[in-house]
Amino acid sequence: MQAKWLNAVAASASIETLEQVRVDALGKKGEISGLMKTLGAMDPDARKEFGAKINVVKDEVTAAIEAKKTNLADAALNAKLARETLDLTLPARPEYEGRIHPISQTIDEIIAIFGEMGFSVAEGPDIEDDFHNFTALNIPADHPARQMQDTFYLPQKADGSQMVLRTHTSPVQIRTMLKGDLPIRVICPGRTYRVDSDMTHSPMFHQVEGLVIDTHTNMGHLKGCLQDFVRAFFGIDNLPVRFRPSYFPFTEPSAEVDIGCDRSGGELKLGGDKDGNAKHWLEILGSGMVHPNVLKNCGIDPAKYQGFAFGMGIERIAMLKYGIPDLRTFYETDLRWLRHYGFVPLDIPTAVGGLTR
Amino acid sequence: MKFTLSWLKTHLETDADLATITKKLTDLGLEVEGVEDKAESLKPFVVGYVVEAKQHPNADRLRVCQVDTGKGVLQVVCGAPNARAGLKGVFAPVGTHVPGTGLDLKAGNIRGEASNGMLCSARELGLGQDHDGIIELPDDAPVGASFVEYRKLNDPVIEIKITPDRADCLGVFGVARDLASAGLGKLKPIAEKQVKGTFQSPIQWKIDESAKALVPYTAGRYFKGVKNGPSPQWLQDRLTAIGLRPISALVDITNFVTFDLCRPLHVFDADKVKGDVVMRSAKEGETILALDGKTYDLEPGMVVIADDQGPEAIGGIMGGEVSGCSETTTNVFVEAALFDTTVTAKTGRKLGILSDARYRNERGLDPQSELWGMDVATRLILEICGGEPSEITSAGALPSGTRELTFRPARVLALGGVEVAPAKQKQILVDLGFKVIETSAESWSVTTPSFRADVEGEADLVEEVMRVHGFDHIPATSMPRAGAMPPVAVTLGQKRVQQTKRLLAVRGLNETVTFSFMPSGVAAMFTGNNALVPLANPISADLDVMRPSILGNLLMAAERNAARGFSDIALFEVGPTYLGETAKDQILSATGLRVGNTPRHWQVKQRPLDAYDAKADAFALLSAFGVPVENLQLEAAAPAHYHPGQSAVLRLGPTILGQFGTIHPKVAQALGVKGAAVGFEVFLERLPAPRSKGTARPMLNASALQPLERDFAFIVDASVAAEKLVKAAKGADKALITEVKLFDLFQGGSLPDGKKSLALSVTLQPRDKTLTDAEIEALSAKVVAAVNKATGGELRK
Repeated sequence: MQAKWLNAVAASASIETLEQVRVDALGKKGEISGLMKTLGAMDPDARKEFGAKINVVKDEVTAAIEAKKTNLADAALNAKLARETLDLTLPARPEYEGRIHPISQTIDEIIAIFGEMGFSVAEGPDIEDDFHNFTALNIPADHPARQMQDTFYLPQKADGSQMVLRTHTSPVQIRTMLKGDLPIRVICPGRTYRVDSDMTHSPMFHQVEGLVIDTHTNMGHLKGCLQDFVRAFFGIDNLPVRFRPSYFPFTEPSAEVDIGCDRSGGELKLGGDKDGNAKHWLEILGSGMVHPNVLKNCGIDPAKYQGFAFGMGIERIAMLKYGIPDLRTFYETDLRWLRHYGFVPLDIPTAVGGLTR
Repeated sequence: MKFTLSWLKTHLETDADLATITKKLTDLGLEVEGVEDKAESLKPFVVGYVVEAKQHPNADRLRVCQVDTGKGVLQVVCGAPNARAGLKGVFAPVGTHVPGTGLDLKAGNIRGEASNGMLCSARELGLGQDHDGIIELPDDAPVGASFVEYRKLNDPVIEIKITPDRADCLGVFGVARDLASAGLGKLKPIAEKQVKGTFQSPIQWKIDESAKALVPYTAGRYFKGVKNGPSPQWLQDRLTAIGLRPISALVDITNFVTFDLCRPLHVFDADKVKGDVVMRSAKEGETILALDGKTYDLEPGMVVIADDQGPEAIGGIMGGEVSGCSETTTNVFVEAALFDTTVTAKTGRKLGILSDARYRNERGLDPQSELWGMDVATRLILEICGGEPSEITSAGALPSGTRELTFRPARVLALGGVEVAPAKQKQILVDLGFKVIETSAESWSVTTPSFRADVEGEADLVEEVMRVHGFDHIPATSMPRAGAMPPVAVTLGQKRVQQTKRLLAVRGLNETVTFSFMPSGVAAMFTGNNALVPLANPISADLDVMRPSILGNLLMAAERNAARGFSDIALFEVGPTYLGETAKDQILSATGLRVGNTPRHWQVKQRPLDAYDAKADAFALLSAFGVPVENLQLEAAAPAHYHPGQSAVLRLGPTILGQFGTIHPKVAQALGVKGAAVGFEVFLERLPAPRSKGTARPMLNASALQPLERDFAFIVDASVAAEKLVKAAKGADKALITEVKLFDLFQGGSLPDGKKSLALSVTLQPRDKTLTDAEIEALSAKVVAAVNKATGGELRK
């Protein structure tokens, strides 16, 4: 009988058949259950012997049914899963990620580096008056920079004065100094404007300037600060840096800063040789010790305070770092350009996490 | 400024080679912009002799020449009209790079005749503009000799950039002085002999009252019986080497003194001058025909040199044609004057004249050059043109041009950061022409030389010492830190700008940077009630006003991209907009634009973008910065560049934080944008700052009891704002109702016209005990009542 029922279990092809087998064997009116019922009429010895046998049969069949049930359920699930197969090569629901413009990315890098050196960011208006953009900076009234061919002017006002579009972010330095909160250690990134438009000039571009004022900062600090900056920014530890005497009305002494490069073969490559010697030089920024007249104009005593200032073009250093060939493309909003030269939004430059991915 | 190495060496005794000199020039702040070494560029060119020149059989204008190159005779086809047998010229063999044309010579066949090289014109050699014929050399030129060596062109030309302060280096002598002070040789001082005049100049100087402030001093000298003609070869060579055209001896002398010693001079043909010469302000309506052949309109405030006939020269800028010297000049009047730098610059700019004289006069001349400059001119004129000099005539008072400054040598270290021994400092200053008196060890009295008007204070003296000592010696010192950690570099506002950009990029918009100006025609669509902010001198007519909104620029950009095949586009810019000239009129705006449709996808139906897409961007931005967006009031009061029925301003209390919506179809159409266009503008500076008190958060109050959701559908008038229902439902029980979501909108069907059905999902959060059915029932009734009271809405059965 055991063999009969085990065969019946094995032969069941569905949960339903299996259930019928269970009812027929172990149900109230089932064959095995029926035999169990006969036990009561037996004498104790026979009951014991037959009971043990019949229990074995019952357990075996019960176990077989359970096992078969799991088996059948698995098979049913597998069949269902097989029917549910998806073509996962189909595209997922569309999601898009935009890009960060190289100017923003570069400004964030600049802030990360100078922030590490203790600078904070200062800002000011784009439309400036004559005093903040020129006069306070020791730029005399007849200086060529003030001419219409260099500076954007707004219409003359009733009192004869004219506002200008700032030609540099230096007016932010002036505003910072006029606040009189010494010592000062700021950088001033922002939009600047000059009446110039050709292959290498844009009527609007971005500058970052720096200003340090205290009682002791000297030109050695200026050199150290800028050397540290360009090496960190371009990621070249031994990038050669050269200071060259120059002239700006607002600094004295003044220096142009060059970085080492190699122009052999018509291609520009930043850096020097392995000993840090430059083959060629590339002018990259202007700097100097703040002119005593500028300090005076801002109500700071030049006998007590001194410091440095510098300025550079943001697009220019971005072009050098990221190999962007044409200045004018920065403002053209060509989607292909934005996606090619732009940065993924999670690529956030920090000093400890790295400036560049 | 350009000069040759040998010219420099007329003032500087030095053994230094070219490379050392050019490096030192740059180190001194006289940046070398280029070195042209003709010995290199003209190396292959040799003296050639035309043995035979025959008419080309197939071309009228060509000749077939047999040229002796010193290494044999080659056939050359030449088109120059002066190509003839017996001529000695400059020959370039095949393979030569011809500087004037930029081409490499190849062996060729010109109309059937072989040509193996070229006979060159001056232009082809880069030696001038002459291209009328080939160069003709004297008969004694040695055939086959290097042309460079024969013509002594092996003198490198150095070009340096002079910063505006260094007027003293606009003459070769000043450059030599700087090099000598830096230890690169010995300066040969100017030691001119004074030649006594033999008669009184028939032309006298006067400075009119109108020019008193503009011309402090002027000197002149009359030479009679001079012979003007071509200047000697050495003088012509000097001038041509730096790109100047020799004219005549007298003119060449003035040019030479200008470039050699930074002393511009002017020569008048004395016989063409009527009466005395006077420095005066130009009069209204006066004109002058200048030496460049152009007539200029003069105006009061400009300095002219006038005689009885009127203006004969524009002071400090350019002489006049009428009184100019010619080959026939026999009596000459030489002028050397000092002009106010500002008026020279202004006049030059106004007239648009760029001359070597203006360039120097507007930067400021050495007043002393009035004296020795005339001596130099006298020597050269007598030497080259002969004649007899008058006594010197002058007017005005010669300014000293010097100043006395206090200088503390310790400032070189304190300001410059570099240690230079006091003795060395003194040596440098003395070599540069300063007078130094060591009043005490700490403080010196330094008198500036007359040629250094740019040195005004102690900081300038520090720079003089440092640049001659060498900026390379400045040690690089990293910035010392004020504390263990750097301070936070950005303000809340600056940080929000950074985060806004990254957030919008994550949402799929591409950041762009566009100009702060735009066409006035476009700006007018975005100004609202504000006036345009025009520029007085725009770079072009279509960039003539400051932008009142960034949307215009983004829409124009979308149109350009559509023309390139990208019509679905999402852009943003975070930047300034300008509603006026003052700082407070500059509004920082995070502006985004989406144009076109959602992407096509096999599963998600494509649809045109709508105002809700812009709303999502604006709300994502606002909630990222902690703005309680559920408290925002949406008012249909957005500016006119939005669709009036599909836009809103976002008001928080009295403050408008931003606006969004569908771009007005007329605006989109005017800017050529096709397809749906939606945008937003968020005014970042107006967003409230977080109300943070310390860093700790309030305790989390998470209920142990499960929240439950109940759905309600209400029928309301179609004009009722959905938000009203949500707010009413929320207000029904502020303690238990934690969230109300609107999840369905239905119109039409069985609903009467003018009605709509809105479905809300209300979340109930039991606080201290499970809610009974009766309590839930009571709450539901409260929700229905509240909505009904606020909107008249009835529960949909």
